[in-house]
Amino acid sequence: MSSESRTEAAHIHHPDYVKIWAVLVVLLIVSVLGPLTGIRWLMLFTAFGIAIVKAYLVAKNFMHVNLEKRWVTYLLVTSLVFLAILFSGVAPDIMRHQGLRWENYAAKKAVESGSQASAKHE
Amino acid sequence: MTTPATGAHAHLGSHGDEHGHHPQSFFRKYLWSTDHKMIAMQYLFTGAALALIGGYLAYVFRMQLAFPGMNVPGYGLVTPGKYNALVTMHGTIMIFWVAMPVLVAAFGNFLIPLMIGCDDMVFPRINRLSYQVFLLSAIILIASFFVHNGAFGGAWTSYPPLSAKGAYNLSPLGASLWLIAVALEFVAFLLGGLNFVVTTMNGRAPGMRMWDIPVVVWMIVLASILFMASVGPLIAGAVMLLFDQRLGTAFYDPGRGGDPLLWQHLFWFFGHPEVYVVLLPALGIVAEIITVFARKKLFGYRTVLYTTWATGVLSFVVWAHHQFIAGIDPRMANVFTITTLLISVPITEMIFVYIATLYGGSIRFTTPMLWALSFIAEFLIGGVTGIFLGASGADIYFHDTYFVVAHFHYTFFPSAIIGMFAALSFWYPKMFGRMMNETLGKIHFWGTVIAFNVIFIPLFITGAAGDQRRIYNYALFPEQAKPGLQHLRELSTIGVIVLLAFQIPFLINFFWSLKHGERAPENPWLSNTLEWTVPSPPPHGNFAELPTVYRGPYEYSAPGRKTDYWPQNEPIAPVEEAAL
Amino acid sequence: MSSHSIANLRSVTGIPTARLVTWWVIASEIFIFGGLLVSYVMHRLAHPEWAIAAANTNTKAGAFNTFVLLTSSLFAVLAHKAADAEDGPKAAKFLRLTALGGFMFLTVKGFEWAHEIKEGFVLSSGGFWSFYYTVAGLHGLHVLAGAIIMLVIASDAAKNRELPRVQCIGLYWHFVDIIWIFLFPLLYIAK
Repeated sequence: MSSESRTEAAHIHHPDYVKIWAVLVVLLIVSVLGPLTGIRWLMLFTAFGIAIVKAYLVAKNFMHVNLEKRWVTYLLVTSLVFLAILFSGVAPDIMRHQGLRWENYAAKKAVESGSQASAKHE
Repeated sequence: MTTPATGAHAHLGSHGDEHGHHPQSFFRKYLWSTDHKMIAMQYLFTGAALALIGGYLAYVFRMQLAFPGMNVPGYGLVTPGKYNALVTMHGTIMIFWVAMPVLVAAFGNFLIPLMIGCDDMVFPRINRLSYQVFLLSAIILIASFFVHNGAFGGAWTSYPPLSAKGAYNLSPLGASLWLIAVALEFVAFLLGGLNFVVTTMNGRAPGMRMWDIPVVVWMIVLASILFMASVGPLIAGAVMLLFDQRLGTAFYDPGRGGDPLLWQHLFWFFGHPEVYVVLLPALGIVAEIITVFARKKLFGYRTVLYTTWATGVLSFVVWAHHQFIAGIDPRMANVFTITTLLISVPITEMIFVYIATLYGGSIRFTTPMLWALSFIAEFLIGGVTGIFLGASGADIYFHDTYFVVAHFHYTFFPSAIIGMFAALSFWYPKMFGRMMNETLGKIHFWGTVIAFNVIFIPLFITGAAGDQRRIYNYALFPEQAKPGLQHLRELSTIGVIVLLAFQIPFLINFFWSLKHGERAPENPWLSNTLEWTVPSPPPHGNFAELPTVYRGPYEYSAPGRKTDYWPQNEPIAPVEEAAL
Repeated sequence: MSSHSIANLRSVTGIPTARLVTWWVIASEIFIFGGLLVSYVMHRLAHPEWAIAAANTNTKAGAFNTFVLLTSSLFAVLAHKAADAEDGPKAAKFLRLTALGGFMFLTVKGFEWAHEIKEGFVLSSGGFWSFYYTVAGLHGLHVLAGAIIMLVIASDAAKNRELPRVQCIGLYWHFVDIIWIFLFPLLYIAK
């Protein structure tokens, strides 16, 4: 087994991990500053956009996904695709609070009172 | 690509005490083993024991349905709460504690290392752990029968709010124990599945390419992958349900803003691929048997693989056909109707491949072959009746009737039970070193298959007529059934009793042959796959000398050869090489 | 080790078995967390008023914990680098630092939750809080399990044994880190 890792070590080029870590920390700081701007869409964009970028950096540089066999990437991407399928099949039911012949009173009331409360705040 | 085993490991003798010839204590050999064959036996016997319990539960509730309100011999009076528990536990046990452990865990464990030419699974201790977790789950499930208010009665699908509120299901402790048992079973199969997948990917004998792997191994591996992917969201959902039951959350409580449909979606996102988890190994078992007993190459090996991959992918996009009338968005119902009807295509193709394999073959009607053939016939009925249910319009009528019950028994029974008996009768010589008695085998076969049809054909009729599911006494709820059909319900119940009675010849055959059956040679069926190249039963470590593979598994009746079979590990002889 | 089967030592795919199984574990975990997060996101989008409850999460603590996990991931990959260079004791040192990060994460979370519970926000306090505790709790369990396994692997690595496992536990740890990378905006920033 150790001979296996020696051959791999010869192949894995270890980048400067501290530099990548520094980039991740900077991105973290940016994402924390986002809410302070008060611009909602910007905040969400920075928060989730940065999350995706950070995840990519960790996957590429720390997990070396790009150095693994291609099918590992396919496996991970396929999992995400199936989660998207789960979301698209379920969201039409869960994200609505009324249908042709039903109504989720409790959820509607909660949304209603929530929007009233935030209207009062403003 | 392949890494041949290094010289130091190619021969078993030099492997150190782990595989030495010192005798193992009873504990190490039977209870604490890491040997995949012993773990397979543990799963097999546990699954078989639970099958008897599951069958008994069916007997009780079918007696109630045929003779409502009367004391059931061997049980007593069936109250509505008990009826619900019987039906729930029957379904739960049969799917999670019989079908999966026998088809996937037992045969997966036994066959995979042998068929791919290695000595054990890649993680033998995790393998042992998986069985231990599984056993714990079985114990917890059985324990739930004996707690206050008894076993859970909210159906194997466990829909909230019934399953979430003790005030509704009347067995809150049973409900939580059920959930925990199921969750542990999931963990056991996740652990086991990892072993199957990684062993098959990495542990193959030199020369065994992807296309040389026997179909049954592929099927069990793909089933494990389907399971691993689909069970994730349900584990999340089960945690949420447990919290709703015990910790006052409202994930599924519409009265507090939650949504019961979420559970349904999470459950069926798993539930549909799950049926393929049970089906695929059975399809694999049948492929192995029909090629051997028709002495013919599988009609389309790669076709079978491609259609199985397609089925696997499609199985993830059909789930809401179980929810057509649950209040889902009707536009989604359209989508799921199309995908559900589509998924019948690859499976039909596989049935055609199997029939084409048989066509022109030199068929021997041994007991395993009879089981394999009956699988094809019975599953066909199951599949065809599924078309009615997959069309959302028709399903509005059929949903929750006995038509559904008959449909899924015509798919589950061939997969789980016929598949189990096919595999057992085929691999028994290899597992136990003895031949089973053919006469008893055939009696068992005919009795079982005929009785099975006697149980479920009447249910197609009563279901189509309008009999509703999960009603414990039609006399008290006459609008839930069609009047005048009680004789059919009674006939169905008689079928259950006959079915159970015909398991006696099997039990006799199984246990008597263990000691008194004719000693089995290495390869009694003259099959090509690697498990038939080792002694029956195989020793610890399987192969005295690890094999190299030269061809695919289905080279039967190859032209120009003296024998009509061509084992995978037989080296290419120089004369034949010149002729190629 | 004598308890490795021969199958364990083969590698038809070219990926060592330990790492191969780690990828499969990660794939199945994606489905578990994914299922929970998909459920949360759907509810959150349909319940804008959850933002009011969410305003009570401690963004500073969340950010600090993100920093802790990112740093512990750095240590994990440095452990891998050391293991590749066959330096077991160094790898063990980094693994222990990683685990320490994990325990720090859990401690901060403990204080966070204690404060929130004192304020009256418990698991059953409403939709947002139910998901908050469940998701973060499941994640926390993974952190705990990972940290413990890491310490076990570290004690082997310190003796230059089972070095390939260092990379594998690192992969698991990075995955747990990535889950948190998404949990942080979902639970703390989207308010």
